[in-house]
Amino acid sequence: MNSPTMIAIAIAGLAIGTFAFRFAGSALRERIDISAQAERLMAASAVVLLVAVLATAALTDDGGFAGIARPAGVLVGGMLAWRKAPFLVVVVAAAATAAVLRLFGVP
Amino acid sequence: MRSVWRTVDLGLARDVALVCVAAAVIGLSYGAIAIGSGFELWLPVVMSVVVFAGASQFLFVGIVAAGGHPLAAMLAGLMVNARHVAFGLAVSDLLGRGRHRRILGSHLMTDESVAFALGQEDPERKRSAYWACGIGIFVSWNAGVLLGSAAGAAIEDTGTFGLDAAFPAVLLALVLPSLREHTTRRAALIGGAVALAATPFLPAGVPVLMALLGLLVFAGDRGAA
Repeated sequence: MNSPTMIAIAIAGLAIGTFAFRFAGSALRERIDISAQAERLMAASAVVLLVAVLATAALTDDGGFAGIARPAGVLVGGMLAWRKAPFLVVVVAAAATAAVLRLFGVP
Repeated sequence: MRSVWRTVDLGLARDVALVCVAAAVIGLSYGAIAIGSGFELWLPVVMSVVVFAGASQFLFVGIVAAGGHPLAAMLAGLMVNARHVAFGLAVSDLLGRGRHRRILGSHLMTDESVAFALGQEDPERKRSAYWACGIGIFVSWNAGVLLGSAAGAAIEDTGTFGLDAAFPAVLLALVLPSLREHTTRRAALIGGAVALAATPFLPAGVPVLMALLGLLVFAGDRGAA
């Protein structure tokens, strides 16, 4: 295990850098005049990143394939959300699907 | 701040509460995993308050626990969190005026609060969704981490309850309304495919950023308009 001081420094660096990322976007947006087209592009880029986060979280684990149970759960949740099911149903169905599949030995 | 709460209706409050429960459970598992990996109690707890970005925290703990250098873990975490620059550009209007609000609002920025806000129709609802979700997740995530750290390795396996499927499903449900727009949907699908294809080959965080290539469909879209 590394020295506690070095770990604390790394955590401080991660905290400061992460805040800088969060703050930079909104600070930049304040200072520049942006066209409607650019505005649309910024909203879209946030959506694109979110979809990429959820797709990799649903399908991959440590750079490899996440197995069957997790993507199946997400798929069931997604279909329910598409059919305008209540949020609670979506989340519980996703978790339950993955849990039940694993109970039956599906990876 | 009061005007924010006035527009939080029951349906919105219920949805936010559910996202918070999910965040608390993931926080619980994060705390437990960190302690199970041999870290002292202060580490996951302090880190969750000051960094407040789950994916990068899991990555940091994983790399250091595996014997990696803390600064390498820090760089990996920063890579994962770089997407917040784009989030900040997108939700800037929701943070409100005044230095303190902008600082606080920036720190509360998460995948969930951004997705929740972008999915709402009118500006006032966007704002209340962003703040309610941000504050709620900050409280529930950190409470979860504290509990999980205290309980230790006893609750390490979240897979048994399918909770690993709950997080992507939450994001999917939140982002669906934003996918109604044709060009955005195409950009997101292409971007997601790029991220998935790149995941086996590139360090964590980079594939998600590469998804921005999907935005190229807007170039064709503009030409057509």
